[in-house]
Amino acid sequence: MLSCKQTSQLLSQSLDRPLSARERFALRLHLWICKYCRRFGQQINLLRTTVKQWGERVEGDAGIQLPADAKVRIASLIRTNSH
Amino acid sequence: MTSTHDWLNEHGDYLYRFALARLRDPHQAEDAVQETFLAAIKNPTFEEQSSARTWLTGILKHKIIDQMRKSVREVAASDLMEEDADMDEFFDAKGHWTDRPQHWGMPEGALEQQQFLTVLQECLDRLPTKQQAIFMLRDVEETENEEICKELNISATNAWVMLYRARMGMRKCLEMNWLQAS
Repeated sequence: MLSCKQTSQLLSQSLDRPLSARERFALRLHLWICKYCRRFGQQINLLRTTVKQWGERVEGDAGIQLPADAKVRIASLIRTNSH
Repeated sequence: MTSTHDWLNEHGDYLYRFALARLRDPHQAEDAVQETFLAAIKNPTFEEQSSARTWLTGILKHKIIDQMRKSVREVAASDLMEEDADMDEFFDAKGHWTDRPQHWGMPEGALEQQQFLTVLQECLDRLPTKQQAIFMLRDVEETENEEICKELNISATNAWVMLYRARMGMRKCLEMNWLQAS
């Protein structure tokens, strides 16, 4: 039987690699009886979704612009470096 | 190449936002954009204006990883202590939760709330730099683990451990600072 510590590790790794059949079985068994690990699994999934959404929001936010001074600096670097 | 000036006007803001969404630090984001344009004018292999953005974004991705690598290197020494710490603060000797995950009653649209997003940023800021970098690469950029390992020069196991620690830290931080405030 997996401990909560091992279960939380596997739940995290399941976001990063495919688990083996044995790992998936052990995980399911533990999650069946442990609501805390079930919560943990849901929460790290939510975390991933949320951070991703935040990133997409920043990317699509036309209000966020390259600061004017950086623009001037980069424009002059482009001028001096292009032939 | 006169079009390089147009690139800055047309794509500069977008590239900056793209970098900011991954690096989160405005200065690092500026640097990554600057490096992108410098690389682009040195080797302007691209002509078709239609996909210039795609091409520039491809360069930018590498520059973002360069920035991450740099910040990871700079703090590597100070982070060592934290990297070595095990997960004792989360589990007892038998591997049971010492601090059981609470129920997050998520009201509709909670994720859209400014307060939640602010706490999310604060929690990310508290992570050790290396964990921050790898977490952003994996969960925002959806970079494959293999590539993360290659780019940051770490083993696969090392990457899983760092992502695990980042998620444990983030989850707890959100629970303490957001749940209790709302």
